[in-house]
Amino acid sequence: MRNLLLNPVLNKEFKLRFRSFKSFLGLGLYLLALSVLMVGFIFLESQGSPMGRFRPEQSRTMFILMSFIQMGLILFITPGLTAGVISGEREKQTLNILLTTNQSSASIIFGKLISSVSFLLLMIFASMPIYSIVFLYGGISPGQVLVVLGYYIFTILVFGSIGIFFSTLVRKTIIAMITTYGVTLFLTAGTAFLFAVSMSVSQMGNSSNNPFALFFVMLNPVMILFSFLEPDAFSELSNQLGLGSEFPLWAANMVTYVLIMVLLIFISVKKLRPNMKVKSRR
Amino acid sequence: MIEIIDLTKQYGKFTALDCLNLTIDKGTVFGFVGQNGAGKSTTFSILATLLSPSSGTAYINGFNIRSEPKAVRSQIGYMPDFFGVYDQLKTVEYLDFYGASYGISQSERNKLIPQLLELVNLTDKQDSYVDILSRGMKQRLCLARSLIHDPEVLILDEPASGLDPRARVEMREILKELKNMGKTILISSHILPELAEMCDTIGIIDQGRLVAQGSVSEIQQRLKGEKLIVVKLQHGLDEAVRFFEDQPMVSGLVKREDGHSLQFIYSGDAEDQVQLLKMALLQNLAIVSFSEIETNLEDVFMEITKGVELT
Repeated sequence: MRNLLLNPVLNKEFKLRFRSFKSFLGLGLYLLALSVLMVGFIFLESQGSPMGRFRPEQSRTMFILMSFIQMGLILFITPGLTAGVISGEREKQTLNILLTTNQSSASIIFGKLISSVSFLLLMIFASMPIYSIVFLYGGISPGQVLVVLGYYIFTILVFGSIGIFFSTLVRKTIIAMITTYGVTLFLTAGTAFLFAVSMSVSQMGNSSNNPFALFFVMLNPVMILFSFLEPDAFSELSNQLGLGSEFPLWAANMVTYVLIMVLLIFISVKKLRPNMKVKSRR
Repeated sequence: MIEIIDLTKQYGKFTALDCLNLTIDKGTVFGFVGQNGAGKSTTFSILATLLSPSSGTAYINGFNIRSEPKAVRSQIGYMPDFFGVYDQLKTVEYLDFYGASYGISQSERNKLIPQLLELVNLTDKQDSYVDILSRGMKQRLCLARSLIHDPEVLILDEPASGLDPRARVEMREILKELKNMGKTILISSHILPELAEMCDTIGIIDQGRLVAQGSVSEIQQRLKGEKLIVVKLQHGLDEAVRFFEDQPMVSGLVKREDGHSLQFIYSGDAEDQVQLLKMALLQNLAIVSFSEIETNLEDVFMEITKGVELT
């Protein structure tokens, strides 16, 4: 942890990122939009209510809606923030100089990963007071809010590592970005589509057990968020898929994502500098 | 000390660097001269551990670039030919970032940075943002950055390229000061006279091969035996070309742009030269003048990089 805090890349990136007025303007506008959305939702729902009250069920619906919006935002912004951090340095011709310093490849990659997603983390943390409005109306426990927050951070790090991986491997930022967005799209919309297809196929075969559908649900971060927000509805779906309760899907998702993240970071660290010991191809 | 042994780099079928062997003594300044694409930057990138060689190796202060790249990095200060800077970082912060990247403590950095800025004459720009500095200032800042960890070896890839004459002079003065500080400097340029003044030794690289090595005077001396002869004719240029092409000790014959004269390299002595002129006159060639051109460093470079191997 001490090494991470003393990481020069991290310190420099923080300085660059948070020095800019645009960053604070972006953050301010995001919080404003979120506030308007929440206040508007409360206003509309209470207008429709006969007593003019905002009920706990409505508060819960609002929280779920906000949570999905935030998840969409994370999945949309994370590739953009991370897919250019190494390739961008390469294009700006600052990477070579950085690589001749004593900093280890791991330190550079971790510094880049944490600093690039830090702004998104700040946005998420800054939105927490707005989220806390739900506590005024009930329907959501603080534990659920913390679980959702934890899963956001986890998702940011996983998709951030995908961005860093392509940024290290691909020389051009634009290609790294397209590839990262492609993988993100596959893990969200792609797995949702494949889940729907495999469900249709299993229904045609009257099979109660569908491992493919299970696999695609497990890979989908939006579905896992849904399982945190609506555990009852999700367990009904799990039963339909023939999933036992021994190993929850969210745990399978987290184990898989951690493995993917570790593998991608490991490859990024290895590929950042040339392997001087290996003779290059002649 | 730098020792390069059979260093080769190939990209597919293209050989960027072909069995380069070189030894640079401690505390000396070695100039690496060659045209664009000759292999200078490839050599420097390999020495800076940014590129793995296809074969061969190099040692910097006894550390092998292949097996001890981390140790090599702490020994060298590298300045690439093209480099970018971070926007929104001030000059002091820029140096501070690289100082931290080399593991130098904050208190040491606080002492070092003003000294480095003074060395490269950028003290008055310490609070300026790096991206608004002029090209020459950025070059000097990059040089200061390469010195932040007090390396024994400096690898400077065309540090004066793109600079105006005044900035070039300033850069040269700084390099002389570094030489006096006892640094081993490996510096490249595609302009030979630029290096001649400050280098103890120069090496000329062409198509990935080291074609000449020695002090500037030694390399000039090697060409002393050869003369550049220019022959001006009233008419019959093609006939003259055919005649001189067939003569021994004549090489590199070309027609000059004026359409009335030709030039060639002649390796014979004065007596041979007299005989050659006599024979030409006997052939009834309409020679208006037959003269020897004085060679300068640029001519030496041009001749050597035509493919004449002198090592």
